[in-house]
Amino acid sequence: MSYVVDSFKQLIGLTLERPTPEQQSPEVREIYLAKSKERLGKKQLHAIEDAHAATRKRHKWRRRRWTTLIVINLLFVVSYHFDVQLVEGAMTASRVVGFHFADLNAALQVMLAYKHVVRNLLIGTATVLVLWWLVGGRTFCSWCCPYHLLAEWAEALHLKLAARHWARDIKFHRGVRPVFYVIFAVLTAASGYTVFETISPTGIVSRALIYGPGLALLWVAALLLFEIFVSRRAWCRYICPIGITYGVVGLFSPVRVQYNVRSCHHEGDCRKVCLVPHVLDITIKGRARKAQVEVAADCTRCGLCVDVCPTGSLTYKVKGLETML
Amino acid sequence: MNEQSSRKPAKKAQSPVRRAQNRREFLRTVGLTAGMVGASLMGLVPVLARTNTRLRPPGAIKHLLNEQEFLAACIKCGQCVQVCPVEAIKLSDLLDGVGVGTPHIEARAQACDFSCDGLQCVLACPTGALAHTIDYPAQSRMGFARLARPHACLARQGKGFKGQARGADFPGKLRYAEVDRWKPIPVADHPYDLDLCDLCVRQCPIEIRIAECAAGTPPSGDPNQCPPRHAIALEPLPGGGKRQGPVVKDGCVGCGVCEMICPAEPAAIVVDIDKTTSIPV
Repeated sequence: MSYVVDSFKQLIGLTLERPTPEQQSPEVREIYLAKSKERLGKKQLHAIEDAHAATRKRHKWRRRRWTTLIVINLLFVVSYHFDVQLVEGAMTASRVVGFHFADLNAALQVMLAYKHVVRNLLIGTATVLVLWWLVGGRTFCSWCCPYHLLAEWAEALHLKLAARHWARDIKFHRGVRPVFYVIFAVLTAASGYTVFETISPTGIVSRALIYGPGLALLWVAALLLFEIFVSRRAWCRYICPIGITYGVVGLFSPVRVQYNVRSCHHEGDCRKVCLVPHVLDITIKGRARKAQVEVAADCTRCGLCVDVCPTGSLTYKVKGLETML
Repeated sequence: MNEQSSRKPAKKAQSPVRRAQNRREFLRTVGLTAGMVGASLMGLVPVLARTNTRLRPPGAIKHLLNEQEFLAACIKCGQCVQVCPVEAIKLSDLLDGVGVGTPHIEARAQACDFSCDGLQCVLACPTGALAHTIDYPAQSRMGFARLARPHACLARQGKGFKGQARGADFPGKLRYAEVDRWKPIPVADHPYDLDLCDLCVRQCPIEIRIAECAAGTPPSGDPNQCPPRHAIALEPLPGGGKRQGPVVKDGCVGCGVCEMICPAEPAAIVVDIDKTTSIPV
């Protein structure tokens, strides 16, 4: 239960408090105590990181994830252009070999605007809800959303430029994302128009891929430029309501990333690559409450932390399934 | 928003530097919120102001220029685009001012000729923005044809028409049942040779169905396909002679085929979207 509550707090932008020793399990206290006695030097840490970076594991999950994301989006394109009817429609709503699928956030917007739900939309929404509940909620963001991939490439450019002080990373308050969520919901219900869809880069990029580019891509370009020069991953971190919608689904999803305190060296590489680094605050020394902690639902299950961790302290897990992925 | 100071007063006091940082972050965040909401409303303004309206696919839940319900219900997935055999439906872009990602039809470029017979776009729509309450072409209410430039009409001048209706380069398609029952072909591949130009009547999908029904062969053998009323007819002009003029009847559903096929440039007959037949669906 505390997983759901804590995850939800993080979803709406709150920062979790550092646990007091009484809130920590005896096991994790003992681990931290042992770690304070034998500290690894910088040299040793770098040696371990370098050894890990040389392995094929370094980008294992990113490889799988990018492949999945590209294949999913190509399925839409191929289905239309070659009329194979596998995945008809766009990311907002589609028919997958005939079955209705509707993006949860787009469907919610339509329900708020139209205030009437037809059966097909209900079926499509329920199907997608069950699907993303099974695979992890915000898994949609990192494994499916076409804007996410563009933003990842923009982020790589941002990091290069920022290292030379050519780009800044202005931080905003994470609490603004739920504020956007409420504003868009209220605007949609009040105006009877799906206001968010007008600026949603997910929908715009998906439609541009399938039906050909349009001027709406200029908006997406503006967002990417903002992320490159002004604020790292600003759209996904501070604005996008789709992330919250799927994050809520993820609260109850069995697919999570698990953090193992014992093997962790606390060097912080995972938080540097993470889209939502607040979910990895538990990897800071002294922050975990138990020896094994499940990363909160705001996590997109992208696996960048799993890839970067030189000690294998972060792993995918399916709750209730003994075998690790 | 400034959670450190407002939510947890029990916590130790912040340094002035930290407070100033929090204050700046708060102001930045307010700026971001205003900017984003402003951007999203920019897309709403032309839609609410109805500065621009377009022909929508059959079954769109709208009443004349009031598209409020249609815009509310459309999820912008383009499934209607994908199923249309003549590719009449296009998704609107940023500057069209009719809702980014919503479907519309440019009748002059490619009209809906109902060559799918079964209103495939309506069947494909996942949200009911194209209402499943209609089953047959004659039940759709997209607009209403009007002879906007009578002087340009060839029939009214008593002229015939020979050749490709819209020239050799026109990419638009129609289904000619006598050529291929299932596959629409380019209009350019189907030249005409008419003593008196009657293209708007000849190609009217409603009139074609009425003729099929009269011959005892309604589409798919389904008598429900038969339109109850005529949509357009050529009628002699006073003054006699060869001259005749197209008259739009109240069976017209506004599909736009007459506007597309009209060989006059610009088209003599157009589809108005602020009017539909007075016969309810």
